[in-house]
Amino acid sequence: MNDIIQANGLTKIYPADKDRTPLRAVDGIDFAVHQGEVFGFLGPNGAGKTTTIRMLTGLVRPTSGSARILDFDLLKDATCIKKHIGVVPEASNLYDELTAIDNLVFSMQLYGVPRQERKARAEVLLERFRLSEKRDTLFAKLSRGMKRALTIAAALAHRPPLVFLDEPTTGLDVMSARSLRQMIAGLRDEGVTIFLTTHYLEEAERLCDRIGIIVKGRIVALDTVDGLKASAQEKAVVEVTLADSDGLQEKKRFECDDGVEAAVMRALAESNGRRVLAVNTLRPNLEDVFVQLTGLNAEVMLAEKGGKGGGNVGG
Amino acid sequence: MLADNLRGMFYIALKDLRAYYFKAPNISWGILFPFAFVLAFAIRNPGETRDLVPGLLGLTILFATSSMEAIVIVFERRIGSLERLMLAPISLPALLGGKMLGGIAFGLTVTSVVLAVALAVFGVAGVNWLLLILALLLSASAFSAMGAFVSVAVREVFEAQTLANFIRFPMMFLGGVFVPLVAMPPSLQMVARLLPLTYTVEALRAAFSGGTWAVALVDLAALAVFTVILFALAVRVLARRSG
Repeated sequence: MNDIIQANGLTKIYPADKDRTPLRAVDGIDFAVHQGEVFGFLGPNGAGKTTTIRMLTGLVRPTSGSARILDFDLLKDATCIKKHIGVVPEASNLYDELTAIDNLVFSMQLYGVPRQERKARAEVLLERFRLSEKRDTLFAKLSRGMKRALTIAAALAHRPPLVFLDEPTTGLDVMSARSLRQMIAGLRDEGVTIFLTTHYLEEAERLCDRIGIIVKGRIVALDTVDGLKASAQEKAVVEVTLADSDGLQEKKRFECDDGVEAAVMRALAESNGRRVLAVNTLRPNLEDVFVQLTGLNAEVMLAEKGGKGGGNVGG
Repeated sequence: MLADNLRGMFYIALKDLRAYYFKAPNISWGILFPFAFVLAFAIRNPGETRDLVPGLLGLTILFATSSMEAIVIVFERRIGSLERLMLAPISLPALLGGKMLGGIAFGLTVTSVVLAVALAVFGVAGVNWLLLILALLLSASAFSAMGAFVSVAVREVFEAQTLANFIRFPMMFLGGVFVPLVAMPPSLQMVARLLPLTYTVEALRAAFSGGTWAVALVDLAALAVFTVILFALAVRVLARRSG
């Protein structure tokens, strides 16, 4: 399998300034991203996700370490790399003063797409991202979801084989987020390699072939989704539905290292006299893995990001 | 690589002209502001109006070129769209070159309107056209580089406006626009020699009054040096800021 990205000992230390001490944002990470896969890069705020993307896309220079991207050396051939990648930053950053189609055409002009192809390619992208009706609308006047979609379309304008998506669905409503996820899945089906960071663990679980989890600048786990789940399977997890005398129901999860029976016994012991309506054994999900590895839970991570937004994965 | 950089510069300039420069407030500000100053001076000193044309053109190209230029980069950095350009397959000097090119094109466009009015009023006799064109081109480059430097040196749009005015307003009064350099005290003359507008006004004066090429060439060379130094500083600061 070809590796599109190979990072070796990639490190970024931001020097001290008047507001802070030196910050080791990324601390010697090694990983590879295979051709055609969706690679998820997860971690809490400040873990080093965005700094890693900024290094890999040539926006900031690594303090040490190396990387090869699309067979180019990151330190020597950053401009060649830029020509072959698409980047969707966390904030939609096209030009408010240009229309949807003009933004796409400008992206193509910067990347050297031949003049005769630009308009047609822009129309195709607008159609694909369901923005044809907005082709002559200023970017400033699009809804947040449309801005996000257009920003992704602009990143694809020069047909890059590798796309970096930094929190693509953050802040979107459920329908827009769902639509974007379908688009991302569609890109993978076309063979585009995707490097995805997200706070939404269900989104990562659904979209990603492999996932790296970064905490405090270091990768603490890297595997397929199933592989990560298997690593968390050592603990039995049961979900118990309890009801009090007023019929008020509550679902509680219990984890136990000593197997399902012990977990059920623990659940019963902590039911405080409430009726047990149901007991379900649960397979660990990505959230369980994440909690184990980071000590954070998904809600904390979403709260850091300002709410659930597009977190309700629905398709 | 060179072709990528040249193409990038051209399209960045074109985009900036469409998105930011060719808006009614910019055009009216670029033309009215210098006219207002010169008109005030002309009313106070009637009879010397033709002598004010080089200064009027100098002020126009200074303000038309640098006003938006000083804001554009810091504005785009604030909203994140500068990052799009930094991700494009072009070098940092090409990116800044594109930004400068937009300022130069706008400055020359606005100045050509003012120039047309001045020539219509005062006539074209005795104008050294080659010197005039070179003086305008190099002045636009120097002021655009100055605008780019101001824009990368600050973090907020209001800081850019403050810094740009902090530089431009003293330059306006010390650059020989209203008072000839020889009429200034020696200490102020030394300060004036550090300001690009001084060389702009001198070169334009030579172009309008048949001055010698020898003096004008020094002015043109000084403007070229200002351009190179300010552009190099802008590239350096932007590179350091972008990590």
